[in-house]
Amino acid sequence: MAAHAASELWQLSAAEASRLLADREISSVELTDACLERIAAVDDRISAYITVTADLARQQATDADRRIAGVPMQIKDLLCTNGIATTCASRMLAEYIPVYDATAVARLREHGAVLLGKGNMDEFGMGSSTENSAFFPTRNPWDTGRVPGGSSGGSAAAVSAGAAPFALGTDTGGSIRQPASFCGVTGLKPTYGRVSRYGLVAYASSLDQVGPIARDAADCALILQSIAGHDSRDATSLPDAVPDYSAALTGDISGLRLGVPSEYFAEGMDAGVRAAVTAAIDQLAALGAEIREVSLPTTQYALACYYIIAPSECSANLARYDGVKYGYSHQGDGDMWEAMERTRQHGFGPEVKRRIMLGAFALSSGYYDAYYHKAQQVRTLIRQDFAHVFEEVDALAAPVSPVVAFPIGERTDDPVRMYLVDVYTLPVNMAGLPAMSVPCGFSNGLPVGLQLIGPHLSEDRLLNIAHTYQQATEWHRERPGI
Amino acid sequence: MFCGCPADYQAAEPNTRTCPVCLGLPGALPVINRRAVEYTVLTGLALNCRIPEFTKFDRKNYPYPDLMKGYQISQYDLPLALDGFLEIDGDTQLGLGRRRIGVERVHLEEDVAKSYDDRGEGYSLVDVNRSGVPLMEVVSKPDMRSAEEARQYLTLLHSIVQYLGVSTGNMQDGNFRCDANVSIRPVGSQILGTRTEVKNMNSFRAVYQALEYEVVRQREVIEDGGAVVQETRGWIEEREVTVSQRSKEYAHDYRYFPEPDLPPLRIGPERVAELAAELPEFAPQRSARFQADLALSGYDADLLAGSRSMANYFETTLTLRDADAAEVANWMLGDLARLLNQDHREIDASPVTPQRLADLLALVADGTLSTSLAKTVLEEMYATGGEPADIVREQGLGQISDTGAIEAAVAEAIAANPKAVADYISGKDTAARFLMGQVMRLTKGQAQPELALRLVQEGLELQKTRGSLEP
Repeated sequence: MAAHAASELWQLSAAEASRLLADREISSVELTDACLERIAAVDDRISAYITVTADLARQQATDADRRIAGVPMQIKDLLCTNGIATTCASRMLAEYIPVYDATAVARLREHGAVLLGKGNMDEFGMGSSTENSAFFPTRNPWDTGRVPGGSSGGSAAAVSAGAAPFALGTDTGGSIRQPASFCGVTGLKPTYGRVSRYGLVAYASSLDQVGPIARDAADCALILQSIAGHDSRDATSLPDAVPDYSAALTGDISGLRLGVPSEYFAEGMDAGVRAAVTAAIDQLAALGAEIREVSLPTTQYALACYYIIAPSECSANLARYDGVKYGYSHQGDGDMWEAMERTRQHGFGPEVKRRIMLGAFALSSGYYDAYYHKAQQVRTLIRQDFAHVFEEVDALAAPVSPVVAFPIGERTDDPVRMYLVDVYTLPVNMAGLPAMSVPCGFSNGLPVGLQLIGPHLSEDRLLNIAHTYQQATEWHRERPGI
Repeated sequence: MFCGCPADYQAAEPNTRTCPVCLGLPGALPVINRRAVEYTVLTGLALNCRIPEFTKFDRKNYPYPDLMKGYQISQYDLPLALDGFLEIDGDTQLGLGRRRIGVERVHLEEDVAKSYDDRGEGYSLVDVNRSGVPLMEVVSKPDMRSAEEARQYLTLLHSIVQYLGVSTGNMQDGNFRCDANVSIRPVGSQILGTRTEVKNMNSFRAVYQALEYEVVRQREVIEDGGAVVQETRGWIEEREVTVSQRSKEYAHDYRYFPEPDLPPLRIGPERVAELAAELPEFAPQRSARFQADLALSGYDADLLAGSRSMANYFETTLTLRDADAAEVANWMLGDLARLLNQDHREIDASPVTPQRLADLLALVADGTLSTSLAKTVLEEMYATGGEPADIVREQGLGQISDTGAIEAAVAEAIAANPKAVADYISGKDTAARFLMGQVMRLTKGQAQPELALRLVQEGLELQKTRGSLEP
């Protein structure tokens, strides 16, 4: 960057300034500061200003510099895009075109991001491999005979294969982190409520979150900056101020207390995954983190808890798809009720139907107390578990998944076996906490992800840990040969 | 209730008051309408309810084309208000006196879209304007003992919600709806009989008739050796009967669970106290006060207290002008009411404001206007929205109290009516009144009546004296 004396910047013409800004030779903040200084220097003699909006100017300049203007992105097809098909990878919405943008999408558009397209996924966000897409499975760029993970498989694969610089995914039980780990890219699930859910087609309302999938932590910081913050259209969005995530990337984690939960290193984990994650934790220690063994005893209950709560909420969230108002509508003989039933019979895939039925059952009269209510109580215990642990440590390091990308079709016959790939990601959603997946090595040539979990609203801390790790390692720079 | 669309569904073209939220489009989310919550708390307070500190919304799940999301956001086990009551006079024909009718709960939910089913064309239409409009449900305890008591309860509840400004209370528009549950039991039994639910009553009269009908019907069923079936029945206005609607509904398991898209609400005692301070004095209390403090008749007091806007207008006028309450009442319930009724206008829309009415009454009190002239001025004020003083000045309507001016008219009247003069002289005192009327006519009603009469009498006495003096 050529040096420009601040005293010269206020002399630039608009066209000159525009070119220098575009070439990144000067920043908007530098230019704006120069102008504000010039105002201070001369305006008491010429009185050209009635009102000087210095704070606003600096804020706008900061935003302008942060802009991901012109950077292309992919949006998972679970997020509404105005005028552009939003299918949720379901036959039910194969031709559905929303009339509004999701808030997260609108904010990225405002920041000038360019939409490349909508990403393939497991139908309505339900799945761990993107094999539940009604259209076609996505293939892992590292080995096209294997899954990319799910449900944001299309998003992770696109970023991995260079088919998008970044993507917006969603995470209800691990759906950003797990595919990010399977595809060797970086993903972040924010604190529940940090990013607006308005326009995110609901699967499990108390668990869903929107987050970035990108090449590294610095990118994730940039994207999160654009989408985070309160939205008056989402009553569950948090009012807390959004910090400067990029400024938090200091590259220094000395003194960080990093917990390693013993329950996340259980038997049955892939040996290559265990090795890569352990090495990553050693690397973090070398970078200054203080490693401590901790325990999260409720970990074993998270899977059962999730597979009661999420289906229950989804059974209600998907009740609107009846062929009456929009979407797939079965036409034929029979009365209205039969048409509705046939619409749902043909419009939904098997996993979606499975979860709707599970959920309706868990909520039904006579079973509500034993299932839904009990699961919510267990959920409180899981949340308390994490809260206790975060009194002793600042973040947790663990695997994202016990396995790496598995062959397409390997787990589709056994739903529970499929559910098990998310055992380490689910508890985080139950507690509403932020977490990241960071590439940390390979097992048999397939990417392995390190999971970083933090307390409520600690995205800046997690991003810095990931960023510091990525300054010292090259895993995130590895690219598949495709 | 959960979006920003206007709630004026009755007046609007179909499907013009919609947005992604009340349409239940994929990805849309509800946000709580604060004022609706406050209205519900106010109503609960007016009904002597307890306002729990913690309340939440729940999803009530069932499929129907007019229920856009496939679930209705309502309140299940933690409603906004609980355990209240209303006092009714009681059904004296049954020997029942004044007592409390319990209110089980008051809760808040969203309305569903409107279906048009009976078109005979093989399809139904749905108007989504009504979807998402706030609905407040007041559930009474089974304490009423006759259709008459139900009528009293409804009338009082209706007055309360109107007074609060929470509802217009219009049953025909669907702003005030009633579903009634009724059962019968042998005299002396403590156990309530099987109840039926009656719907589709569009007026208080319909509620009364439907309940009376249902009681008779249930009695006949039992006397014929049968048992009352627990079911929903619809009131058919044209035939004045209730008809079973069992085939239209089947038992729903609503699978209630807490609404995850909305945070629960904490309404603390301080906030409840703030809202309680907003409660107005309701009709019965206000009427009683008008009678006790202002010596109004029960009839007038009830009329004036009948609506909050009437009562406010009345009291405002009284404070603006230290007037006789009866005088103000007479003007409001007489001439002003007549003018408003002709136009089907509410007093809120009156061009004659309390200030202007007070000013008019001041002009009568200081002698500028006679009562009859004031009525004319009132009509002009109503028609033009003008100030009384301006109208009096523009039309030269001020009462003439200048003796000299009236004397000229008196002289003219006497000269023009010799017969009347002769009548007076021969002893007919009423002729004086006749001549006074002539004077009023000659002065376009503006002569001060008492003064005119006195001057006429003086003038006539003068005639008498002259007459007797003349040879």
